[in-house]
Amino acid sequence: MVPLSWYIMLSAVMFSIGVFGFLARRNLIIMFISLELMLNSVNVSLVAFSHYLQSMNGQILVFFVITVAAAEAAIGLAILIAYYKNNPTIKVDEINLLKG
Amino acid sequence: MQYAPTVNAMIKYTLIPLLPFLAFIINILLGRNFIRDKAHWVAIPAVFGSFVLAVSAFIDVANGQVINIDVYSWIVSGDFNVSFGFLIDQLSAIMLLVVTSISTLIFIYSVGYMHGDPGYYRFFAYLSLFVFSMLILVMANNFLLLYFGWEAVGLCSYFLIGFWFHKKSAADAGKKAFIVNRFGDFGFGLGVILIFLTLGSLDYMEVFNRAGGIAGQTINILGTDFDLITVICLLLFCGAVGKSAQLPLHVWLPDAMEGPTPVSALIHAATMVTAGVFMVARTSPLFNLSATAMNTVAVVGGLTAIFAATIALVQNDIKRVIAYSTVSQLGYMFLALGVGAYSAGIFHLYTHAYFKALLFLGSGSVIHALGDEQDMRNMGGLKKFMPQTYKVFIIATLSITGIPFLAGFFSKDEILWRVYQQGDLGKFLWFLGTAAALLTAFYSWRLIYMTFHGKFRGTDEQEHHLHESPPVITVPLWFLAVGAVAAGWVGIPPILMEHGDRIGEFLAPVLGHAQGHGSHAEEYFVIAASIFVAVAGWLIAHRMYIKKPEIPAQLGAKYQPIHKLLYNKYWIDELYSKVFVQPTLKLADKVILGFDTIVIEGIVNGIPALIDSFSQGLRRIQTGLISNYGLVMTLGALCMLIGYMVFSG
Repeated sequence: MVPLSWYIMLSAVMFSIGVFGFLARRNLIIMFISLELMLNSVNVSLVAFSHYLQSMNGQILVFFVITVAAAEAAIGLAILIAYYKNNPTIKVDEINLLKG
Repeated sequence: MQYAPTVNAMIKYTLIPLLPFLAFIINILLGRNFIRDKAHWVAIPAVFGSFVLAVSAFIDVANGQVINIDVYSWIVSGDFNVSFGFLIDQLSAIMLLVVTSISTLIFIYSVGYMHGDPGYYRFFAYLSLFVFSMLILVMANNFLLLYFGWEAVGLCSYFLIGFWFHKKSAADAGKKAFIVNRFGDFGFGLGVILIFLTLGSLDYMEVFNRAGGIAGQTINILGTDFDLITVICLLLFCGAVGKSAQLPLHVWLPDAMEGPTPVSALIHAATMVTAGVFMVARTSPLFNLSATAMNTVAVVGGLTAIFAATIALVQNDIKRVIAYSTVSQLGYMFLALGVGAYSAGIFHLYTHAYFKALLFLGSGSVIHALGDEQDMRNMGGLKKFMPQTYKVFIIATLSITGIPFLAGFFSKDEILWRVYQQGDLGKFLWFLGTAAALLTAFYSWRLIYMTFHGKFRGTDEQEHHLHESPPVITVPLWFLAVGAVAAGWVGIPPILMEHGDRIGEFLAPVLGHAQGHGSHAEEYFVIAASIFVAVAGWLIAHRMYIKKPEIPAQLGAKYQPIHKLLYNKYWIDELYSKVFVQPTLKLADKVILGFDTIVIEGIVNGIPALIDSFSQGLRRIQTGLISNYGLVMTLGALCMLIGYMVFSG
């Protein structure tokens, strides 16, 4: 039987890798993947707690997270492609249209 | 005696002002696109309907039905309670007749005079609005409604003086009338406020009933005690001085002649300018309590009568002569009011409305025929071209100069006789009035001789186009001519006819009888004197302008300073310009402009500048780089986490 703390550790490690990737990398695709990694680390912890507490709430929440993540990825990639058609780059350092 | 009004009566009295108001609404909303040159089909039936209802109201009053009705509560606020209500008594009944009858005739006249003007519908809309306001003014049963009508007629006057607003002189004249009237109306407004503060009501009946209670009370103004009633009356009289163009606020009326001639006839001769006379007569119970105020009214009236008459002697603009004549005749009315002969004042108001409207409309007919020429030096010899206009002009002139048995004779004579009875001051004012009558006769005949006699002095083209005006113009003139002859027959003095002075008796329940006694011999003397000056003025004018036309120029050269003084209207306009207008403009230029640029613009521009510099600093946060945002978000989340762990610990 794997103890709960291991799952939490795994989740924490995944989340940290995600955060690091999101902050450190400049490629938009990589940043997206890092974002997904963070979401999935949350999913892991949700399922682990759900199992530990013998409650289905956490698992149901996971489905919502997966759905939202899928939608977000679809929209994000669509925006990315649309942007790329106008401005052939996916380096975030060069994408600063919102600069005040 | 007052009767409880029936619903029918209420509807009737409400309709009198409402009909012209509806005509105004229809013409102003639909005139431009739909009614256009048919605007008179809306306005004339409306004002004629008012006239019919006014006649019916007059018959009711003559049968003893004085009515005081509140149509609805207008303002209710604590103790302040004003209703929208009508008081139809003998005084307002006569005013209703004068206003609606003259309005109807002038509306018809305007169809011919304003024909083809691009603002035709606008003209009838404003004229209808004016009639509505004037009717509210005379029918009101409280001071606030009176004040409403008072300001509304002033507004309409402004609209109509500046009717041809593309002409700078007309626009300026409108502004001048409005601003000069501000001075008077300011005092009038203060008077109304003071009445409410001291008497606790604005309803005429309540105010007049309570007025006796404050007799002898004083009011402290800037450390000096003044008699309260006198202060109230003088403040009210301020308004009358402005509206009725008395000294020293008379300057706007001659300039108001820039408006179309029907406007001059209706507003600046027959009705609006007499509102001051009406108001003083209406508030006579207050004026009766203050001898000082009464004397002021009489002296201002008497001085204005002679002062304006002297200016009229040498003016060359046909409408300006008549305008100064109006100022002078209004002076007569105040003279009568000031000696307590209220009914004589109203009597003169009523006869004056006819012959003065006739003079104005007649001069309008002349101006129309000459293609907007107003200078009498370019007229002359119009007698044979415009026989109808000439005839009515003669009738009006006979009437205004006081030739016996015409309207002006009876009313002017009534005034002079009442004034004569009032002791030494009365004798002096009577002398002024009689002298003014001499001048009136002279300048009125001078106007006729310069315009209609002699040779035509205009251009050949004008002479070629000379023609009598169409019937739509001449028929109203003849109606007014009947009034100018016969209107005075209701006030024949008892000395000349048994049961005379019917109008005085009719008005007595409201205005009372004039005080004073005099023998028959004295009365005959006064009558003889006024007939004498009327004929003398006529003969002098005849000698100077027909027999020996070279005399005026010689006299003008011989007494050049006097001629200059009169011709330039005593330089009063220049004086006001120097004393009031220029300093105000300078103040506006220097002080106000400085204040405006430094303080106002400082505030207005300073606040945005402050916000701008603040946001200039703040905008650096928005780098547009997602990584930066991400970093801040992460750090924020981290801080929250650490904070949670530390403080929940």
